[in-house]
Amino acid sequence: MTLQTVLLVAAALLCTGLYGALSQQVVVMVMMGLELMLNGVLLAVAGFWWFLSPAPDGQVLVLVVLTAMTVEMAMGFAVATLLHRSRQSDLTDTATDLAQ
Amino acid sequence: MLSGIVFWVLAVVAVAAGVAVFRVDSMARATYALAASFIAVGLTLLLLDLQYLGIVTVLMMVMEMAVMGIYMIMFMGMNPALMPMSMVHGKRAALTVSIGTFAVLAAGALLVPWPTRRGAPAPDLVRSLGEAVMGSKMLVMMTVSPVLFATIVAALVLALPRGRYDRLGDDLRGNDLDGRARR
Repeated sequence: MTLQTVLLVAAALLCTGLYGALSQQVVVMVMMGLELMLNGVLLAVAGFWWFLSPAPDGQVLVLVVLTAMTVEMAMGFAVATLLHRSRQSDLTDTATDLAQ
Repeated sequence: MLSGIVFWVLAVVAVAAGVAVFRVDSMARATYALAASFIAVGLTLLLLDLQYLGIVTVLMMVMEMAVMGIYMIMFMGMNPALMPMSMVHGKRAALTVSIGTFAVLAAGALLVPWPTRRGAPAPDLVRSLGEAVMGSKMLVMMTVSPVLFATIVAALVLALPRGRYDRLGDDLRGNDLDGRARR
């Protein structure tokens, strides 16, 4: 287990999530892709902390990434609920007008 | 040696489960696969001596996936364990972008001359995290707390079907914008 191998695994997780976030049509599946990307970021941050500078302060950064995951999930579920209520749909393709 | 073997097993499980999220036939199975990926990463954090954060990751993500399962049953209007699905758009472009990103990141991870380790971990890492959060890094906690609170409020505002402004009007006295009683 080295920094390089940890970063490789983190990159694989991030890119798998990126594929999901870009390709999926269902909002909940897009959220799963984003979660997987943050999963990779979490592993990379932990790897950097352990292999480069294992000072106590570095753990706080991991805590921030965990918080970002929580916020993303809560807001994603809220938007999915709103979308489903207003359009009876959970597909991103039916909500493209929101980008305008 | 043993930790190296455990790391590789967890790494393979994390990535394979992550890939399975977008390969399996039902959203329920995708949720379980994502939970497995998170648990593998949480256990990897334990290997890196991040006891508190590893356990928190496992517990939080298992709960999140449980909530996600409920959402699927609420919204999909079907038995999510039995319905095969392949709902994708721009698959080729997404695949190209993600493989390209992986190539760049992997090249960076392998080619960058990373510096050597500076310092040693504290003997009790959980305690040192608590002291950092309540001491020198308190600003982080003070920022995270209102962000989480704002998330609760914003998520409720978005998700509620009818708020008090819908029921009582813009002045909250049961009047509409022109001052007429709504009921």
